Amino acid sequence: MKDYTKNSTEKLHGRGEAAALKAIVWIAGIATMAILIFLVLYILINGLPHLKPSLFSIHYNSQNVSLFPAMINTLTMVGLSLLFAGPIGIFSAVYLAEYAKRGSKFVAFIRLTSETLTGIPSIIFGIFGMLMFVDALHMGYSLLAGALTLALMILPVIMRATEEALHAVPDSYREGSFGLGAGKLRTIFKVVLPSAAPGILAGVILGIGRVVGETAALIYTAGTVAQIPKNIMGSGRTLAVHMYSLWTEGMNVDQSYATAVILLVVVIILNFISDAIAKRVNKVNE
Amino acid sequence: MNKSKHPGQAKEKAMQVVFAACACIAIIAVFLICIFLFANGLPGMAKIGFGKFLTGTIWRPANNLYGILPMIVASIEVTIGALIIGIVIGVLTAIFLAFFCPEPLYKVLKPGINLLAGIPSVVYGFFGLQVIVPMIRNSAGGAGLSMLAACIILGIMILPTIITMSETALRAVPTSYYEGALGLGSTHERSVFRVVVPAAKSGIFAGIILGVGRAIGETMAVIMIAGNQAVMPHSLFAGVRTMTANIVLEMGYATDLHRQALIATAVVLFVFILIINICFSIVKNKGDKQ
Repeated sequence: MKDYTKNSTEKLHGRGEAAALKAIVWIAGIATMAILIFLVLYILINGLPHLKPSLFSIHYNSQNVSLFPAMINTLTMVGLSLLFAGPIGIFSAVYLAEYAKRGSKFVAFIRLTSETLTGIPSIIFGIFGMLMFVDALHMGYSLLAGALTLALMILPVIMRATEEALHAVPDSYREGSFGLGAGKLRTIFKVVLPSAAPGILAGVILGIGRVVGETAALIYTAGTVAQIPKNIMGSGRTLAVHMYSLWTEGMNVDQSYATAVILLVVVIILNFISDAIAKRVNKVNE
Repeated sequence: MNKSKHPGQAKEKAMQVVFAACACIAIIAVFLICIFLFANGLPGMAKIGFGKFLTGTIWRPANNLYGILPMIVASIEVTIGALIIGIVIGVLTAIFLAFFCPEPLYKVLKPGINLLAGIPSVVYGFFGLQVIVPMIRNSAGGAGLSMLAACIILGIMILPTIITMSETALRAVPTSYYEGALGLGSTHERSVFRVVVPAAKSGIFAGIILGVGRAIGETMAVIMIAGNQAVMPHSLFAGVRTMTANIVLEMGYATDLHRQALIATAVVLFVFILIINICFSIVKNKGDKQ
């Protein structure tokens, strides 16, 4: 333990120091607030006027840089990647929380790898997806290759949220279910998972947010074709990739603003939902 | 009770295997990523020569010159610049949130910071292009597409990571520390800065390391605002190209050795990330033990 009392003999005394420190943290807090407000308002004010009905026409061409195909591709991408990452993430968490012995080496290793996955930047996932799904598995640039890549990215997010939600379910629920004669599997599916549903949903929403905002992992897996592909083996750009492509094409600032607004609004809505869920979960736990 | 007579026994066992198999997918994924990256990147690196590749200062694929030192240096310098902004504003904001923020403001600011974390990097890049780059162009001259622009935007992007981790660490410090300091006669501010903040330092440090990982791996925002010149960074106002930008910019048309060199760039970045991850685990475990 350090000796904190000797600090009192230092040069700065009482009120002057206190006022200075207080001022510094207030300035930092206000700076963060200002950055946030400026960024959001700037995008909204500049973008909203560019949200024209023509941007939502079903086909993209050089005269009408429609973002509608990108919206549909984004939805497909969210659905597909959740289809893979959802069940796998939830089942992994079930194993970790309900079956594995706490503190076992195997569990520690899974945690370590899932933390490693969290820390890997999206461009690395993109290159891996390109090498594995696009080249080695011959999928070509396709929504499927993109979705598989993103599924690996959001897997640790869903795993972690689910595991925390499962740990928060009181043991008395499980004991009650066992006491009534239910087996372990039945207990998990009928009692534990339903009570953990809000927490799991919060993780899924976080995952959706990452998919919607992802660019670097998709450019060389799902590709940048600006149309809705016939099936999931076709290439298609999501909204975020659309924004990047508009930049590489060197014009269309207005459409970029419009796309930015849509992305921002989606993120705001997703955050709002996950906050609401978190509040409900906290209330129940209290 | 004899469990083996339970009718669902086989199903129970089967599902347990399914759950365990799913849990293994995270492990398999990490292994596959390592194998695919190294298997595709190392041969190219060997062909170019490890020394030439890592310490070469000229990147000119047309002439078969593949030196990525300028990109490594750019990545590191941009990250340091982002950290300066991110740490100063981030840690202080975390202290503000934990100990100074009035309740009504907290209710707005906290979700706001979560929102900052969720904004896609292309949107940050576009914002930088429209706001930060012209600002630099007008005040310092030049194109404005510069290392400074990248530092500022990355600094903003890592704010939520640093703030959230630091705030959690600060709140985890037992209140008895704070109360003890107050009891000894120090002010609220002094108790926070001299007692609580030092006690939370490993958690804050872990947040900073996470920020490093995010900054060095960030691609889209940097590509749009850093200028992307593949030369040694020589000024804050000159354009630079990071490793991430190098990969994305040229992968679309690269073939043969050029392509391998780009994958090798990803390998170098990956090694950086692994080192950062290991540092993070060490610091975090140390913090948990305290």
